[in-house]
Amino acid sequence: MKTRVVIIGAGVVGASIARVLSRYENLEVHLIEKAVDAGMGVSKANTGIIHPGHEDDPDRYPLRAKLCVRGNRLWYQWTQELRIPAKWPGELMVALEEEDMKVAEHYLELARRNGVPGVRLVDRDELLKLEPNVNPNAAGALWAPTAGMMSSPVAAVALTENAVDNGVRFHPETEVRGIRVERGEVKGVETNRGFFEADVVINAAGLYADKISAMAGIDTFTIRPRRGQYYIFDDDAGPKVRRIVHQTPTPTTKGVYVITEMNDGVMIGPTAEDLPEDAKDDTSTTREGLEFVWEMAKKLVKGLPPRKKVIRTFAGLRPEPPDGRWIIEAYDDPLGFINVAGIRSPGLTAAPAIAHYVVEELIQGKLDVKLTQKSSWNPYGRGFWFKALPREKQAELIKRDPAYGRVICTCRTITEGDIVNAINRMKRMGVKTISLDGVKLRTGVMGGTCQGAFCRVRIASIIAREAGIPLWKVTQKGEGSEYGIGDVKVLLRGEKDEE
Amino acid sequence: MRSEYDVVVIGGGPAGLAAAIKAKELGMDVLLLERREYLGGIPVQCVHPGFGLHYFGEDLTGTEFIHRFIEKFRGMGIEHYTNAHVLNVVSRSYWHKVLTVVTEEGLFEVRAKTVIYAAGARERHAFEIGITGHRVAGIYTAGEAQTMMDVYGVMPGKEIVIVGSGDVGLIMARRFTLEGAHVKAVVELMPYPGGLTRNVVQCLEDFGIPLYLSHAVTRVEGNKRVERVIVTRVDENLKPVPGTEEVIECDTVILAAGLVPYLKVIEKAGVEIDPATGGPVVNSYLETSVPGIFVAGNALVINDLVDYVVEQGEEAARGAYEFVKNGGLPSLRWRKLVKGRNVRLAVPHYLSDTRDTIVYARVKKPEENVVLRFPEIGKEVRLPFVKPSEMVRVKLRKEEIARAGGRITMEVVGDE
Ligand SMILES: Cc1cc2nc3c(=O)[nH]c(=O)nc-3n(C[C@H](O)[C@H](O)[C@H](O)COP(=O)(O)OP(=O)(O)OC[C@H]3O[C@@H](n4cnc5c(N)ncnc54)[C@H](O)[C@@H]3O)c2cc1C
Ligand SMILES: Cc1cc2nc3c(=O)[nH]c(=O)nc-3n(C[C@H](O)[C@H](O)[C@H](O)COP(=O)(O)OP(=O)(O)OC[C@H]3O[C@@H](n4cnc5c(N)ncnc54)[C@H](O)[C@@H]3O)c2cc1C
Repeated sequence: MKTRVVIIGAGVVGASIARVLSRYENLEVHLIEKAVDAGMGVSKANTGIIHPGHEDDPDRYPLRAKLCVRGNRLWYQWTQELRIPAKWPGELMVALEEEDMKVAEHYLELARRNGVPGVRLVDRDELLKLEPNVNPNAAGALWAPTAGMMSSPVAAVALTENAVDNGVRFHPETEVRGIRVERGEVKGVETNRGFFEADVVINAAGLYADKISAMAGIDTFTIRPRRGQYYIFDDDAGPKVRRIVHQTPTPTTKGVYVITEMNDGVMIGPTAEDLPEDAKDDTSTTREGLEFVWEMAKKLVKGLPPRKKVIRTFAGLRPEPPDGRWIIEAYDDPLGFINVAGIRSPGLTAAPAIAHYVVEELIQGKLDVKLTQKSSWNPYGRGFWFKALPREKQAELIKRDPAYGRVICTCRTITEGDIVNAINRMKRMGVKTISLDGVKLRTGVMGGTCQGAFCRVRIASIIAREAGIPLWKVTQKGEGSEYGIGDVKVLLRGEKDEE
Repeated sequence: MRSEYDVVVIGGGPAGLAAAIKAKELGMDVLLLERREYLGGIPVQCVHPGFGLHYFGEDLTGTEFIHRFIEKFRGMGIEHYTNAHVLNVVSRSYWHKVLTVVTEEGLFEVRAKTVIYAAGARERHAFEIGITGHRVAGIYTAGEAQTMMDVYGVMPGKEIVIVGSGDVGLIMARRFTLEGAHVKAVVELMPYPGGLTRNVVQCLEDFGIPLYLSHAVTRVEGNKRVERVIVTRVDENLKPVPGTEEVIECDTVILAAGLVPYLKVIEKAGVEIDPATGGPVVNSYLETSVPGIFVAGNALVINDLVDYVVEQGEEAARGAYEFVKNGGLPSLRWRKLVKGRNVRLAVPHYLSDTRDTIVYARVKKPEENVVLRFPEIGKEVRLPFVKPSEMVRVKLRKEEIARAGGRITMEVVGDE
């Protein structure tokens, strides 16, 4: 009989675990997610950096340090297999003052101990060559050439899609409300869509992992939200940076990053604000937070693009465990329950390594589940963008399907063909509600200069057509976020009815 | 699509249609490209009147107005494509530009002697105007809301707060009310309304809609959809005053916070931009700093009247005609138009004495009984009032321009 595994949470962590588990023959894997789609939690809003692994102290955070370094390597391969846009510009930890060089040296030592290759100190001259836009008064920097970045919003959906292609079952809009434990063993999870039997339950519920853990009887920790706010500038706005740039951490602040994100827009942020425990949905931005980011970024670089070139501000929430320690554990009681909780930064970086660790050390090792490899396993993702194809391929595609000749998102050059393709893939993956945000995650539509003012109505009408629902019922991210309230005369008619 | 034209017009709104019609009348070989599935631009989504008073001498709705243009355009058999997106424009030499165009029929490379760029404007969105808070459903730009209602037949919401009291915001307030929605407030940053007095009366006062002057919507809150906005008073420097926050419950926020010329396509071709207009720097042929690329309509400068847009389209077509007929524009000494007292922006930026030139300008602040002065050429125009929301239009004859040396200053001064 197959071993039944339930993974709670289709963030980058849960989806990575699903992907690794999809390699094995003798498992039945269910990936359960309460939102309408994968990747709509913590994993949607972050800096997208694939960290080199020299920022985690191996004495205090041995697991984090190890998994981050390994995750960095794995993403080289995973981003290519899954066609997640990524680049590897390297990272500069800038010492703004002479005395900050000591801090940089401390991280050089950590790099050595963690086995991070290529890290070294650079002086001001070399710093300015590596990054001409850095503050020219900076003393120097620590240079970490293995750092990369990726289009992180697409990561969890690409992972989930690939896992589903390899046999995992994805259940969106399914909320875990209880965990059934009998005689010290997990038996499955209760959800709003019924009971899922399971031999192994993996808790990868991000900000809510404390709640899930408590459902299994382990209520030894709480997860607190730590907010990070950002600005993104338009892709045509300069000056830009070539590298990932941030400053040497101080006891009070880790500082902000200045990067050029995958879509070519400069991004600055984040803040680190500890919110009350019950503010797990508060991804709102604030004036003070954004001002702080601006001031910090201004110190770091010579020039920022003009403020009027800001096209978006947003915030994400880090799931902070007590003492910053990731809680990745399998238990004897209840047996079969695994926590992958409190995966704060650099959880995106480490996700592939976390997944291997969970499967190899915990499921195979601790739980002693024997896993047999599938004879064939498809590592490749399906994502592609019309605009990224060579001209001949574009022409060919339009000939086959004229929808690729209709550019819908003109700021980012995304065609109707890209959108319909994404929708079809969403359906195949098991997404029940085709949302605007789901299409945005996969294609990048509405992410450009106009932020959807030109194109959202057209995208919504394509979704309406493909999903067979009225236009107004298309949602941004599920029920309660409908695009409209009815046809244009709905209110007038409503008044008449009341008379 | 053929591979070469005298002129390719980008954009099928009023500016582009007027340019294409004029260019065809002048005997040029024209192609017009429109990225949407229909021709007409913004007026297609405007069911309210106020269009064409100058051009047709009649008060038409946006749709009536643009219908006349589209009919005329179609009647002339001008080659055009809808759903045609111009990916980029490259200037290969003084004599020819190359456009890459994506259409349902394929990917095309088109050579053009001249390009008229009439792609209109985009609307400023929540992130540009300092609104913080939640990114939830129920926030629309005025143009998106109009398109939803008038092209797609969808009602955006029922408890509405409008940001911005320009004509667009005012007209939207009336429109929502007429559709049965409840407009709870129109919020304006400046101490005076942005739109025409006529519109303040007809769109707000007649319906009892409150107008908050010197206020800003600073924050939007909600879980999945907008539930409330925070409105804050602003000081003389337009900075929010702490402690003056007020909560307005609503389910919909409409942003009518101004337009910005949409230049993506030609910015990459290297045109110089004027920070004051947000549009390209042009000469009196409406030619940009890239020779042979002309610009008209909201892509040049934000216009309040469609009539001016049409005028600019025709002017750009005449410019393109000169270029094509003469093998380029004549070599000239250009006079720089310099902004003097109380002038915020003015186009064209360079004037020549080869042609009469219409100057469009906006002032910084409202004033009454003023004189618009061009001291170097001794021209004065008396105006009963000026305000930032209403464009000033004045024609300089070529003989007048010829009187100036290197520069022509434009200033607004009190009437003594
Ligand atoms: C501001 C910020 C910046 C960051 N920058 C970086 C960076 O540059 N590099 C880096 O490596 N890391 C970074 N991180 C960290 C990284 O984003 C996280 O570690 C990672 O995304 C965590 O993923 P996750 O899968 O654990 O959580 P999530 O993505 O939140 O996934 C958990 C999922 O569980 C679902 N769920 C919750 N409760 C239930 C339930 N009861 N039933 C069903 N489903 C449920 C949620 O809906 C969610 O989708 C950053 C984080 C933030 C917030
Ligand atoms: C709400 C509102 C109310 C108004 N009310 C009035 C009024 O009462 N009276 C009045 O006189 N004026 C009014 N106006 C102003 C008037 O509508 C505009 O000044 C006019 O439409 C501008 O014309 P345009 O051709 O420059 O731009 P648009 O009308 O915006 O047309 C530009 C066209 O270019 C297309 N385009 C853009 N990029 C590309 C590309 N890369 N390739 C191909 N095509 C492209 C667009 O799809 C669009 O169709 C109003 C405007 C608004 C927004």
